[in-house]
Amino acid sequence: MLTLKQSRRLNTLVVGLFAWAIALLLFFPIFWMLLTSLKTEIDAFATPPQLIFTPTLENYLQIQDRSGYFKYAWNSVTISFGATALGMLIAIPAAYSMAFYETKRTKGTLLWMLSTKMLPPVGVLVPIYLLAKQFGMLDSRAVLIIIYTLINLPILVWMIYTYFKDIPRDILEAARMDGATLMQEMVRVLLPISKGGLASTMLLSLILCWNEAFWSLNLTSSNAAPLTALIASYSSPEGLFWAKLSAVSTLACAPILIFGWISQKQLVRGLSFGAVK
Amino acid sequence: MATSSAALPKAPVTESAGEPSERKPRRFGPSWFLVSPSVALLLLWMLVPLSMTVYFSVIRYNLLYPGENDFVGLENFHYFLTDAGFMPGIVNTLILVGSVLLISVVLGVLISALLEAADFAGRGIVRVMLVSPFFIMPTVSALVWKNLIYHPVSGILAAVWKFFGAQPVGWLAQHPLASIVIIVSWQWLPFAILILMTAMQSLDQEQKEAARLDGAGPIAIFWHLTLPHLARPIAVVVMIETIFLLSVFAEIFTTTSGGPGYASTNLAYLIYNQALLQFDVGMASAGGLIAVVIANIAAIILVRMLGKNLTEKY
Repeated sequence: MLTLKQSRRLNTLVVGLFAWAIALLLFFPIFWMLLTSLKTEIDAFATPPQLIFTPTLENYLQIQDRSGYFKYAWNSVTISFGATALGMLIAIPAAYSMAFYETKRTKGTLLWMLSTKMLPPVGVLVPIYLLAKQFGMLDSRAVLIIIYTLINLPILVWMIYTYFKDIPRDILEAARMDGATLMQEMVRVLLPISKGGLASTMLLSLILCWNEAFWSLNLTSSNAAPLTALIASYSSPEGLFWAKLSAVSTLACAPILIFGWISQKQLVRGLSFGAVK
Repeated sequence: MATSSAALPKAPVTESAGEPSERKPRRFGPSWFLVSPSVALLLLWMLVPLSMTVYFSVIRYNLLYPGENDFVGLENFHYFLTDAGFMPGIVNTLILVGSVLLISVVLGVLISALLEAADFAGRGIVRVMLVSPFFIMPTVSALVWKNLIYHPVSGILAAVWKFFGAQPVGWLAQHPLASIVIIVSWQWLPFAILILMTAMQSLDQEQKEAARLDGAGPIAIFWHLTLPHLARPIAVVVMIETIFLLSVFAEIFTTTSGGPGYASTNLAYLIYNQALLQFDVGMASAGGLIAVVIANIAAIILVRMLGKNLTEKY
């Protein structure tokens, strides 16, 4: 017979083994991508796939020459940061007033905002495409910034709203008693208290913009194409450069992966519209 | 408001009497003008393109034949609904959404329960590894799976199949939809794990301990305590995933292009194909509206289920 302590230990061991096996399995594609990015093209295509090889950084060094990596990366950066900044600018006041000046319409408005997320992008693909064409904005970063701001706005408002709801009203009322204007109240009192929540909201927005692939594939071709589109261009039959594809992919995903690891907990809150904390 | 109060002089009185607890907004109350930019923009984003879609859907409009924009009534809908791709598109969309939801929720619950079951070595790293695929951009996951894993000659699966003496399978050619379901599940299972894991950590440990002392086995605890506690987070996972899964696009675009035939075409890809590859704006718009209707049916069901759940906390 096992003692209680021994059976606990056995239990931990079995659970741990299972969990590690599942985690390794799910993580394997990412690991394999990283590994392939360090191979030569010949090694990358070898059958059977090789686990042991002479690693090389050659792919990373050639990315810029072969595909103009930095142009795409810069597009991704400006589009993501632009849409995030714009979104925060519009969402913070809305969340502020809904959290601190709740009316009978507030809940309805919040739910309605959420429901705009239900509008499938294909439902408006044609008009958006034609409008962008009409205004000469096809393949421009501006059009993606505008669209990303709009599609992420409901999420930003919701997330900031749940953070503002946690702030005691007394603090703001005290500032108001001291004669702070609305602007001062927001900038001097509210923003410093909630900067953690706002930072994670921005992070979520950046991640969503960085990885968005419907509008970026449909509305950009070369000038404004972000990394999602660059990588999609490797799907063509002549793009059989697996090692380089892996290197580009690794570089494109690494920053977001690290952001995601750091802010897991806070992301849950935003992604679940505040329902899970 | 002014006309109604003139006609019914009593109405405003009862209205203000009905809500005495309402906070008096200072000066004009910032409420209205702070919310309105968000509301106006979202309203614009909904209404302008959507009404254009409605308009395009009832005229003949092909970019290859400019100038022939006659009113054709419901002809576009008729063509879209009888198009060879329509039925496969609907069925594939439902299969894709349904199976990914099923896989991610069931496995998500089991995996996050496993993680909570014991404090084993390296639990933090395991958590990080499990949620990682969610942060990979869709085009990357599609191409990594297509080339490095599914490839019938040099892919990992081909090597595994050969190792066991089996004939390697051309995954994307022979089982296109199932292969895409696996790719999309790989992206969304981590999302379910992320949400459910966090929710599970807030489960009252004392309650669990009490149940254990009363002689409840681990399965009974899971069934009667953990699962009810997860009802709300599971509902959230279902809702968010449905929103995104109804519009899966990049994964199909970069792997199979909807083929072979219509074997892996979903509604989103079918409409894209009509609009930007065949330039039939009218028909694509009709399809877009049908997609909107389907999404709305799903939305009504989901918001009924969850709307109260989401707001009642605040």
